[in-house]
Amino acid sequence: MMKYSVLLLSFFFSQWSLGIVGGHEYVFDDGDEVQNETRAQLFEKLAVELRCPKCQNQNLADSNAMIAGDLRRELYEQVKSGNDGESIINFMVDRYGEFVLYRPKMNTMTYVLWFGPVALLLVGLVCLVFIVRKRKQNNALTDDFSQEQQKRLNELLEKDKGDDHV
Amino acid sequence: MKRWALFIPFITFTLLGFLLWRGLYLDPKDIPSALVDKPFPEFSLPTLIGEELKTQSSLEGEVTLVNVWGTWCISCKVEHPFLVELAERGVRIIGVNYKDENDAARKWLVDLGNPYEYSVDDVDGTLSMDLGVTGAPETFFVDAKGVIRYKHQGVITQGTWAPLEKIWLSLVDESKQAVNP
Repeated sequence: MMKYSVLLLSFFFSQWSLGIVGGHEYVFDDGDEVQNETRAQLFEKLAVELRCPKCQNQNLADSNAMIAGDLRRELYEQVKSGNDGESIINFMVDRYGEFVLYRPKMNTMTYVLWFGPVALLLVGLVCLVFIVRKRKQNNALTDDFSQEQQKRLNELLEKDKGDDHV
Repeated sequence: MKRWALFIPFITFTLLGFLLWRGLYLDPKDIPSALVDKPFPEFSLPTLIGEELKTQSSLEGEVTLVNVWGTWCISCKVEHPFLVELAERGVRIIGVNYKDENDAARKWLVDLGNPYEYSVDDVDGTLSMDLGVTGAPETFFVDAKGVIRYKHQGVITQGTWAPLEKIWLSLVDESKQAVNP
């Protein structure tokens, strides 16, 4: 409790910010107050968005592989010294390929990935509209039929009644 | 509704089934290296033995295998005898000693044989990070101009060498042709 209150106090009276990733605290104190806060947030964001190149389905924050630890440290150093998100992402992609991006870049290789679901949804909607319209048309047809024929049907029934006593 | 339209769900199912079936046999660990066809990253590191400073230019002039290894890496021990054999056959191999203790690494080379022309001491893993190494062993095939042409993840043994040898031979041919066209 003591530790946390000291931490909280020092937080209000100093200019550094904390980024918390994978249960560890990372201190950002190289810039002014606003810079440190945005850097801490950038660090937390990128640690979740970058994928560990070794362990397939974990991000840098979650993985305890050696390479993930190294990359977390690299990420921390780069963010702390004020590199922007884009240059850090390029640094990672240049070395480990686009595999490390959980949010893939938009290019000819990833168009299907980005737009595939929307395209499928549109195809589904078009099919739905088509089917609904067709059904309405069919219903309208049967309605017309019964209206047109109703009079005749009644006449026939009426006539039939007349012949009943034979 | 037209009769052929009834087959659309079946065709869709078959296509999807085929895609998923193909997916079962793809290796998710087979990640293309971002460094293929790029020049070997710049470095300036001391050698493990003799502490002589080496840079990327020391790779040029001859086709080279750059092998990332460490004494903490069990698979490296598996491939080591075959690397020694390759070196005896005249394949130029340079080591990157990845985040290792120097004494343990030197002892390893004395005990198991040294297939490396030299090994650089990458104690912080900076060169390995620039190489996009995710673990050891990894081996880069570097052509005579110092350009990375292929990356092999995992061990090189008698069993895995056959396809790699083709790559190595093609690079050697290429460098010979560059000398006498």
